[in-house]
Amino acid sequence: MADVAAHITGTVWKIEVKVGQAVSAGEVLVILESMKMEMPVEATDGGTVKEIRVTEAQAVNEGDVLVVLG
Amino acid sequence: MFRKLLVANRGEIARRIIAVVRGMGLSAVAVYSDADAELPYVKEADEAVRLGPAPAKDSYLNIPALIEAAKSTGADAVHPGYGFVSESAEFATACKAAGITFVGPPAEAMLRMKDKSVARGIVQAAGVPVVPGSEGIVPDVASALAEAEKIGYPVLVKAAGGGGGIGMTVANSAVELEKAFRQSSDRARAAFGRDGVYVERYFPAPRHIEVQILGDHHGHLIHCLERECSIQRRHQKVVEEAPAPLFAGGQHAALQARLFDAAVKAARAFGYANAGTCEFLYSDGEIYFIEMNARLQVEHPVTELTTGLDLIRWQLRIAAGEHLTVMQEDVRRTGAALEFRIYAEDPVKFFPSPGPLKVFEPPTGEGVRLDSGYGAGNLVTPNYDPMIAKLIISGATRAEAIARADAALSAFKVEGIKTNIPLHLRILRDAAFVAGELDTKFLDKHAKA
Repeated sequence: MADVAAHITGTVWKIEVKVGQAVSAGEVLVILESMKMEMPVEATDGGTVKEIRVTEAQAVNEGDVLVVLG
Repeated sequence: MFRKLLVANRGEIARRIIAVVRGMGLSAVAVYSDADAELPYVKEADEAVRLGPAPAKDSYLNIPALIEAAKSTGADAVHPGYGFVSESAEFATACKAAGITFVGPPAEAMLRMKDKSVARGIVQAAGVPVVPGSEGIVPDVASALAEAEKIGYPVLVKAAGGGGGIGMTVANSAVELEKAFRQSSDRARAAFGRDGVYVERYFPAPRHIEVQILGDHHGHLIHCLERECSIQRRHQKVVEEAPAPLFAGGQHAALQARLFDAAVKAARAFGYANAGTCEFLYSDGEIYFIEMNARLQVEHPVTELTTGLDLIRWQLRIAAGEHLTVMQEDVRRTGAALEFRIYAEDPVKFFPSPGPLKVFEPPTGEGVRLDSGYGAGNLVTPNYDPMIAKLIISGATRAEAIARADAALSAFKVEGIKTNIPLHLRILRDAAFVAGELDTKFLDKHAKA
């Protein structure tokens, strides 16, 4: 299991994956928005999306878990 | 003159406008979103009105809420600052309908400047040089190749109806152009529902030169010399200065004269009044008009510090119907000024860095001006752009301004968030920067961590 966390404080702009979806390393899971910049959050390793812990437009802090991969 | 002015903006520019307004003996109304209630500009205004929640669309872009705030406080004029509603003809029209003076150009002039191809046609007709390119949409590969032959490679292929860099591709040869045409055309169809592309000359490393314009509503219009803003990152200006190092020591004097002439012609062609800026690219001995910004620029202080003109004060006087009493021959420059945009961002990775400003101790000293939107104890939220302050340094010469800037930036203490101050110091100490050898790709090659 790998937790994918927000690397910046901002809001969730787009969620690019669905629960159960297989992803490979480097694939964009979530796009955060902060200070008018879009910041993609990528999968560090390949796996399957087990859980999505945020919804679009939600505010997140640096370090908050966004997606759990298994 | 007005009695009460509402500032439809936030942060450093709201604070500066409020200071000018109060200095003229008028009262100032601030507006704020829930994210900004504690910022200095809100407290420094005579009155403050809450617009709504943090997202810009619910607050600073919310035209009905802005008009209501002006009506409820009895403001008779609105200054939009830059960004947000500053270039919105819709907002200017809404102000007029509500009997409130909009501090800016006439709405009709804003509409003429908004559509890039319309604006291009208007200035071209006035004899202003534009980036060589297709006059309209290029429908097929064969015509794109023919256009590129005329323009010369490399060319930039732009999706019709595009914007913000979407659907833009550089082509260095006919083979690349065929591929780029298909890519951009597909993007145009998918994203904007329109076929076809524009083709124009691509400049790999141009310089960004712009001219300040000031005009009244009685037909008097002047330029207030140039600024150079070649130090950019992802099309965002980082350091701006006046005079342009491009013209240092009397170089390109004939070109400089043509630049001023072109800027004044373009502004007149739009029917412009109030403060605005004509932006140009410089490449290989030529200047090309790109656009006119119908508002005050972020970097206006470098013009103020070198010409002695208070641009915001003039904006208000012009909007109130006064005559611009400054004649072209009165505009003279003394010394040099540099502006450093202080961004809440990682100075190496360029990630945004919102957070609490635990320590904020700006420098002081000879030639040091700070236009800041924040103070110690404020929270920098992720809701708006990352610029928290502008450090503007002037000196008798560019070299003196650079030396003062080095001391000021070194003494600037900010804790709690990361800022690009270390990047500014790297830029300042770069030999090419000191020599004035600038272009818009400067940061790709220089000032590395």
